[in-house]
Amino acid sequence: MALDNITLGQYYPADSVVHRMDPRVKIILLIAVIVAVFLAGNLLAFVPVIAFLIVVTKLSKVPVKMMLKGLKPLRLILILTFVLNLFFLQGETVLLDLGFAQIKQESLVLAVHYSLRLILLVLFSSLLTLTTPPITLTDGLERLLSPLRVIHFPAHEMAMMMSIALRFIPTLMEEADKIMKAQTARGADFESGNLIARAKAMVPLLVPLFVSAFRRAGDLAMAMEARCYHGGEGRTRLRVLKCEKRDFIACVLVALLIAIVILLGKIY
Amino acid sequence: MAEPIIAVDHVSFAYEDGGPMAVRDVSLTIERGSFHAVLGQNGSGKSTLAKLINGLYIPTEGHVTVCGMDTQDDNNTWEIRRRAGMVFQNPDNQLVATIVREDVAFGLENIGVPTAEMPARIEKALKDVGMLKYADRAPHLLSGGQKQRVAIAGVLAMAPEAIIFDESTAMLDPQGRREVMQAVKRLNKEQGITVLWITHFMEEAVECDRAHVMYKGQIVLSGTPKEIFSDVSRIRPYRLDAPPMARLAEQLRAEGMPLKEGILTVDEMAEEVARLCK
Repeated sequence: MALDNITLGQYYPADSVVHRMDPRVKIILLIAVIVAVFLAGNLLAFVPVIAFLIVVTKLSKVPVKMMLKGLKPLRLILILTFVLNLFFLQGETVLLDLGFAQIKQESLVLAVHYSLRLILLVLFSSLLTLTTPPITLTDGLERLLSPLRVIHFPAHEMAMMMSIALRFIPTLMEEADKIMKAQTARGADFESGNLIARAKAMVPLLVPLFVSAFRRAGDLAMAMEARCYHGGEGRTRLRVLKCEKRDFIACVLVALLIAIVILLGKIY
Repeated sequence: MAEPIIAVDHVSFAYEDGGPMAVRDVSLTIERGSFHAVLGQNGSGKSTLAKLINGLYIPTEGHVTVCGMDTQDDNNTWEIRRRAGMVFQNPDNQLVATIVREDVAFGLENIGVPTAEMPARIEKALKDVGMLKYADRAPHLLSGGQKQRVAIAGVLAMAPEAIIFDESTAMLDPQGRREVMQAVKRLNKEQGITVLWITHFMEEAVECDRAHVMYKGQIVLSGTPKEIFSDVSRIRPYRLDAPPMARLAEQLRAEGMPLKEGILTVDEMAEEVARLCK
């Protein structure tokens, strides 16, 4: 376990307009863009969406390679979506007859459409997580969800939990590493054997890790109380989120994008 | 005598109703601006005493008064915790945020300090413990001593009048212990912050104003470090080791060297030996 280069989430640090945007605006705009992707009624309507993605990626200074990495875990689902749609959708114009199956024009178009939709969803979401540090994202979420306090939704508590989790991931990783080494020194074997054997080998790692996590939780709760923590009420914040000009411009751009996507779907 | 900032009056505390008393009939007065140490082996009740002082535990019997406020009264809880801050043992388990600056802000956010005031208070607190240049680092990348100094800054930013250190150096290496001790001594001398230093390292107590030895939940000895440590045999029943220099002095005396009483630090020993060699 290489502990020095843990990237929490997949944040790509850079100084760009996209990085500096208000996280709340970014979250809302992501949802809006997802809506736009679903509204795209034909392949032509994807053109402005893809153009928008390219422009924003360029602005964000995130390398294309980092963006594409987000697709890797989904490659199986993408291939399945494409192939299944290609062979099993109904259509009339036969493009290619393989004997056992036929590829029809309509199904080809739809297969491309569905795959493209999936790819765009993943890429836009990665763009959010690549340009926003997890803690800022948590902050934005808390602020967005705080109106739900009226119906007793624990927005502050949720955000506090998230940020404590983020804080303790490296600490617990370090501890897991230490326990693993200690157990290895006493002859534990974490690497060989089949899946079940290796899962079993994790028990002597997980038990002490859990015990210590509980002790840490108790200590931390005590320390937080000693520092006057008493929930979200009456709390002020060091960081204040502010919408600036760039955020409004981004909103207008996304609104235009949705309008164009709808128009293209209607005309064509 | 200066006015007492912390007054512990015949306090007893049991973790469970009818259970064994972790602290038994303890009385203690700490004057404003002083540096007190509480010594004791594991399980002597010294940590429980610390938590009784800032209202994390409420006495089963007796009263604890901080700046004139009784911890029994719920309305006082937050003000007491602000005025008498606390630094704990494990440096990892008391930092909340992923960035040093934000961790120092945590207490300020809790007590509702306006956002505009925060940066200046955070920077001053970090500067006072010599951690300003680490303000934007992640806590898990700091050393133990640095983490503890960040924890001190977190308390300091809230403008406390006293800070209770609950074995804050127990998990540190010698270098880290030195860093933290120096920072604390400076705060005590330069800013007049009252310090209650809880420890099982005897040598950390030699420079305090008053030391109290706890054993089985009671304070069994109180006095200046010289009074307590000069006679090594007095503290032995409480399973404490005298500071290394006090032990060395005792051995040398047994060998027939006429050393004076009350040698606790290396400097004092060097001075005394130099005097005898003349």
